[in-house]
Amino acid sequence: MKTVLFLLRKEFLQIFRNKGMLPIIFVLPVIQLMVLSFAATYELKEVDFALVDYDKSIYSQELIQKLQSTGYFAMREYSDDADAMLELLEKGDVKLIIRIPEGFQEALTSGKSTDLQLIIDAVDGSTAGLIQSYTNSIINDFNQEKLGLIASKYSMAPVSMVNLKTVNWYNPDLDYITYMVPGILVVLVSMIGLFLSGMNIVREREIGTIEQLNVTPITKYQFMIGKLVPFWIIGMIDLLIGLTLARFGFQIPFLGSLFTILVIAGIYLILIQAMGLFISTITDTQQQAMFIAWFFMVVFILMGGLFTPIESMPQWAQDLTKVNPVAYFIKIMRMVLLKGAGWAEVYKMVTILILFAFGLIGISINRYKKTAG
Amino acid sequence: MNSFTGFVIKEFKQIYRDTRTLMVLFGMPVIMLILFGFAIRNEVTNANIAVLDLSKDEVTREIIRKLEASKAFELSDYLESYDEVEQRFREGNIKEVVVFEPDFGNKLGKEGQADVQVITDATDPNLANIVQSYTGAILLDHVREMNANGMDGKVGINVLTKMQYNPELKSVNLFVPGLIAVILMLVSALMTSISITREKEMGNMEILLVSPLKPYHIILGKVLPYLVLSVVNVITILVLSKFIFQVPFRGNLVLFFAESTLFIVTALSLGVFISSVANNQQTAMMVSLAGLLLPTLLLSGFIFPVSSMPLPLQVISNIIPAKWFLIIVRGIMLKGAGITLLWKETLILVVIALLFIVLSLKKFKVRLQ
Amino acid sequence: MADSVIVTKDLTRVFGDFTAVDAITMDIKKGEIFGFLGANGAGKTTAMKMLTGLLTPSSGEASVSGYDVFTESEKIKKRIGYMSQKFSLYDDLTPMENIQFYGGVYGLYGKELKQKSEELIRSLGLQDKRSSLVGSLPLGWKQKLAFAISIIHDPGIVFLDEPTGGVDPITRRQFWERIYEASDRGITVFVTTHYMDEAEYCDRVSIMVDGRIEAMDSPEGLKASFNTSTIEDVFIQLARKAERGDE
Repeated sequence: MKTVLFLLRKEFLQIFRNKGMLPIIFVLPVIQLMVLSFAATYELKEVDFALVDYDKSIYSQELIQKLQSTGYFAMREYSDDADAMLELLEKGDVKLIIRIPEGFQEALTSGKSTDLQLIIDAVDGSTAGLIQSYTNSIINDFNQEKLGLIASKYSMAPVSMVNLKTVNWYNPDLDYITYMVPGILVVLVSMIGLFLSGMNIVREREIGTIEQLNVTPITKYQFMIGKLVPFWIIGMIDLLIGLTLARFGFQIPFLGSLFTILVIAGIYLILIQAMGLFISTITDTQQQAMFIAWFFMVVFILMGGLFTPIESMPQWAQDLTKVNPVAYFIKIMRMVLLKGAGWAEVYKMVTILILFAFGLIGISINRYKKTAG
Repeated sequence: MNSFTGFVIKEFKQIYRDTRTLMVLFGMPVIMLILFGFAIRNEVTNANIAVLDLSKDEVTREIIRKLEASKAFELSDYLESYDEVEQRFREGNIKEVVVFEPDFGNKLGKEGQADVQVITDATDPNLANIVQSYTGAILLDHVREMNANGMDGKVGINVLTKMQYNPELKSVNLFVPGLIAVILMLVSALMTSISITREKEMGNMEILLVSPLKPYHIILGKVLPYLVLSVVNVITILVLSKFIFQVPFRGNLVLFFAESTLFIVTALSLGVFISSVANNQQTAMMVSLAGLLLPTLLLSGFIFPVSSMPLPLQVISNIIPAKWFLIIVRGIMLKGAGITLLWKETLILVVIALLFIVLSLKKFKVRLQ
Repeated sequence: MADSVIVTKDLTRVFGDFTAVDAITMDIKKGEIFGFLGANGAGKTTAMKMLTGLLTPSSGEASVSGYDVFTESEKIKKRIGYMSQKFSLYDDLTPMENIQFYGGVYGLYGKELKQKSEELIRSLGLQDKRSSLVGSLPLGWKQKLAFAISIIHDPGIVFLDEPTGGVDPITRRQFWERIYEASDRGITVFVTTHYMDEAEYCDRVSIMVDGRIEAMDSPEGLKASFNTSTIEDVFIQLARKAERGDE
């Protein structure tokens, strides 16, 4: 036990002596949390559109007004030259062209039908989908409103209507930041855990001090504990800073228990560090270790449901997430913080994390030898 | 010039002898493209939804059948009461519950209107939004059909939507250009910065600097192998995206390669610049990761549209080379755009590349004196 | 007769089809300064790694401090000191922090550790440098510090792997004075070196060629039996037969 304390003291001395590392450990995560949380959003901001209005009627103006008044759409160009407008779309100056046909108003006032054309720049498919659904719902509203008018005017047979009432639970304003912050926190904590502790062991190997330690009575368990604990503590501190920022800076609701989050985070960090440890046992240089760690990190993050929903992946990719620790912890974080889930809902995933952690630690300890060859 | 050729040959040999790193460099782009090309997508398929049908009549059954038939949904549960909703959401598998009010069919027939409540798990706002709008479309469709039965065809506005450039809204079309940018950044910028810094750390740089080689010879010799490697990577990605993912290529191939080379040069110049300021490999790696790769992933428009970001970040995104490269590649591949449309973005990349080349040459010269 | 502290019999290590150390047999007594010579690639470092428990032998027998290298290498580690070519101090720690760390690792603590480290700093003359980082110290200082640290726990044996590479003769001489001091305290010193003048300082010398021990005696004995005036000439005569080149 005393040996472990000496190891820990040494590690902390080294970490805090390296002035270049301190900002990377404590400042970078905060900046990343701020920047990434704001950047990672699909929210529709003002969409520039071009209008080709062949009708030039009160109704067509009313519709355009209605679109603009939502704040999501802004008219950039107005012309009868449809080809010129297409060119604007190609240049990327506008994302949407609305073509209102001749006789638009006439059709709406006399109960006939009329074709309104939308041309959407679909290079970015997700934005295009949003533009479509927003415009559609505005136009539908407009349609019902006008049809309602003529129904009463000409006392036509009533049109059947389904009133769609939507309720968004947990995040009524559909605020993206609320959703992203817990996930990005997971990524930051994972980076600290994976990159720093793994790298640290490879560094001792590169500079040769590991050989010196291997002829001392330090057991490999003591050595590993000495390597894991400092970055575990740093990871937890980073998490606490991040959670504080999330709660008071980003106003994320903490519906679930903070204690639950911390316990699970502690387990998760051990697992991630065990991965770093494992990588360190199969590499000789920091460069190699860095590459492998980075590769796994990118795969884990992009396939972990942080940015794109796991539900939209093909089945085989969804199956792959069953061995993706980042995916589990992101899900747990969101469930506990945003939905107030408790042990009953997450214990299965936590059990899997614990099993992974034990497995990886076992393999790494087995692979780490105090003797060579 | 002779000593320079010798130096370049040495650099090539050193890199191409290390098979393990080489495999990573060539294999990683392939794995990433295949994995992400198939897996990262925004279109919703098989989202789990539940139905709480308080009416259980002919009409609701018909609507539920339609929900079930949709590719977007997987109807995985029938609830009996409101109390179950919260528990299902907390367990985390159900994304939406569609609630039909009691006596739904009757009301719709007699009073001409009835209520459907759509409750979404909005922890993922994007998913909630999409699921909601799909549900709305299905309901609307059904009502229109009903109305058509009663009356003489459709009335009012028919919205005809044309998805220009990407009619099926395939995410992979969007991601391939982004992936090219990320991989080129990784190979060109990260690898060069590390390899030159390593040379410095080992003390070899001084030996090279006192040799007859000029500083720009040294830099050129260091980056040439990575330039070749990067071009090979671009070709690989292009071929894979064409034949595995059927990503369209509408523009000019020559222009595409010219622009790619320009971006590679920009990335290499960034790598060289980082190596001229960093003192050891670890610093070079962290700076490359935090300063180049994360912004390339998140601020360039690769995953999240730049137009959705808050204004300060939109301003910052202008100094990210990948942002301009993405506009260029998407323009060439998906829109078939030519240089007349892309000259502005091209010019910006040229300026960034020149700036960093000049800066790093200056840095290295100072070192020599 | 004094006790044997290192005993080997036909100790062998094979890497693939390459026999790095080929059936070496030796018997080293307590308090001896034993010089372990050989050209580059002769197998010195491999042999030393087996004795310190860093490497498991392929065959043969060996015991260090009475413990078997095959089965009791962890027990051996408590009773030996080791200083490698790279004298693995932490460059980003101060001399004091290095001393306290390794001292702690070897089970010293509290008052004893404090007293010992103060003593070491004083005897090394490092009082002024106590708060500067080891990385900034001259090579000679680092070597002395590394040696002092390797015997901080009063081990029975200390293994020195080319401890004096790269420094001037005066600094080397000072270093050997410290070796003698340790030997006077009863510590057995097992040292590999390139410098033939250093071989003359040893009680006994062995010369390794191509993995085998070709000669082992006191410096005087060796010179007499090879009929030369210096150990260097003995070494050159033997090393000329070597088939393995530099690694």
